[in-house]
Amino acid sequence: MTPPVRIAQLSCGPEYSGIQHEIDVAAHAVGGEIFYPDIALRDVRRDFDRFGLDVRSPDLKLAIARAMALVEGRVEADAVFIATCFRCAEAAIVRNELRRYITEHSKLPVVSYSFTERTTSGTLLTRMEALTTIARRRALLAREVQQGITLGLDSGSATTKAIVMKDNKIIGTGWQPTTEVLKSANDVIDHALMEAGITRDDIQAVGTTGYGRFLVGKEIRADLIQEELTVNSKGAVYLANRQHGPATVIDIGGMDNKAISVMDGIPGTFTMGGICAGASGRFLEMTAKRLGVDITELGPLAMKGMGGRVPMNSYCIVFGTQSLVNALAAGSTREDVAAAACHSVAEQVFEQQLQEVDIKEPVIMVGGTSLIEGLVFAMGELLQTKIVVPPHSQYIGAVGSALLASGFIQER
Amino acid sequence: MVKVFIYPATSLILSDLVARYGHTPLSSAVAIRERIQTAGLESPPLQITPEEPKKGLRWAAVEVPAGVRGRMSLYGPQIEACEAAIIINDADLAFGCMGCARTNELVKFLLRQKDIPKLDLYYPKSEEEGVQFVSAIKRFLDGLGGQK
Repeated sequence: MTPPVRIAQLSCGPEYSGIQHEIDVAAHAVGGEIFYPDIALRDVRRDFDRFGLDVRSPDLKLAIARAMALVEGRVEADAVFIATCFRCAEAAIVRNELRRYITEHSKLPVVSYSFTERTTSGTLLTRMEALTTIARRRALLAREVQQGITLGLDSGSATTKAIVMKDNKIIGTGWQPTTEVLKSANDVIDHALMEAGITRDDIQAVGTTGYGRFLVGKEIRADLIQEELTVNSKGAVYLANRQHGPATVIDIGGMDNKAISVMDGIPGTFTMGGICAGASGRFLEMTAKRLGVDITELGPLAMKGMGGRVPMNSYCIVFGTQSLVNALAAGSTREDVAAAACHSVAEQVFEQQLQEVDIKEPVIMVGGTSLIEGLVFAMGELLQTKIVVPPHSQYIGAVGSALLASGFIQER
Repeated sequence: MVKVFIYPATSLILSDLVARYGHTPLSSAVAIRERIQTAGLESPPLQITPEEPKKGLRWAAVEVPAGVRGRMSLYGPQIEACEAAIIINDADLAFGCMGCARTNELVKFLLRQKDIPKLDLYYPKSEEEGVQFVSAIKRFLDGLGGQK
């Protein structure tokens, strides 16, 4: 039996928020085991002073001392989970600084999270899965070349995508909005196979990712069922031909956003989430609908407008839509409104998520929203860099799955 | 006999002193062990569920972190029930420790707002201060009266 991945928890507040059990359940579900680094009271006094961040909360002092014990090798772990209360400023500072400190001074994968009493194991599952995968499957993630004939399927919250690859080339694609999870999956697979001119029997290995990965993976007997954080990182650097060195991957999805700091194709730190749907692709879909254009036309429309002319607050999808309606009623052009919507989404991702990962160039944008050039432009302006959008960026999860699945051909 | 809320609520020494002088300590009777193997310094022995932070809304608004509200669901009723309070500021971790500074600020504030006998002290830094510290607590507890 494979030993569990030992995840060191550095935290303040999860027990009194009533969610410690949820953290434990999420870790256990993906072969992880949460533990609290065992240190003495004298270590807390000494290491807190040495670290130099003068916080008041004793549990944050404890978290600092535990982080130092991990970095200095006094306590062994495979990965680190940092969790503090949402809305606590003091804890947010400690969370960020500890994440940075551990990343800079060790090879331990880290994920940080701010929770409320409503946090569930389901919310934490993808993050924990990525954490255990990075810790346990470095060999799998080291794969740089696709071999044989493999199928990758990304069952996302908004769309389902399939890719067929053969000898390191994409030979078939399939894409459609997700309706019934299994039906959508089968439809895109059939389309990709048809485009590739092969049958299911020719496929040598299959990988699935996305929200529906378990259901679809079981149905089509996938060799690899993997969360989208590691798969998308791999797919992004592969398609952008930046497999070595640092990179930052941004995926603004239909339901959530991911910002991943990558080194040699392996995620280091990542954030996942978004305060509200106002920061997701869903808001851009609604904007396109209200403007009477197809989502594919929103990007070019935004490029013709000036976002600064329209006040837009999309922190909430309802208020964002209200801003949009008000702007149109006040006589703003559709171009300016489209640009403002793109800027608003980019700004939220920048403020909410990109502050929690260290941005290193190249910055690669992937997922369906990376095809909205107004959004890519807005993100580039905020980050003051030229964003890389690789070919087939909308198929990123499917490509990453197909690439990684080829590691299973021999096993089959 | 008087119900005395002690701060830090985890201090076994304070709890013991209050009991020795014939009063009822209101505290979370959690030992601070020399080895720390739990998530927090005063990890609860109780089965705290996501309902507790909601109960804590009585003492802290919804924008206050869940960890504060969860703690307040335990300490809030004790603060309301107490008839006297001992507050030890800047205590050493080994004396008794509550993990969240924001909760600590709120607990001390609520106690100071109450019109009850209070002893507000700093943790001693020398043996001499230590003797005065214990004497002050003894005098305070003696002065509370009530049936012993």
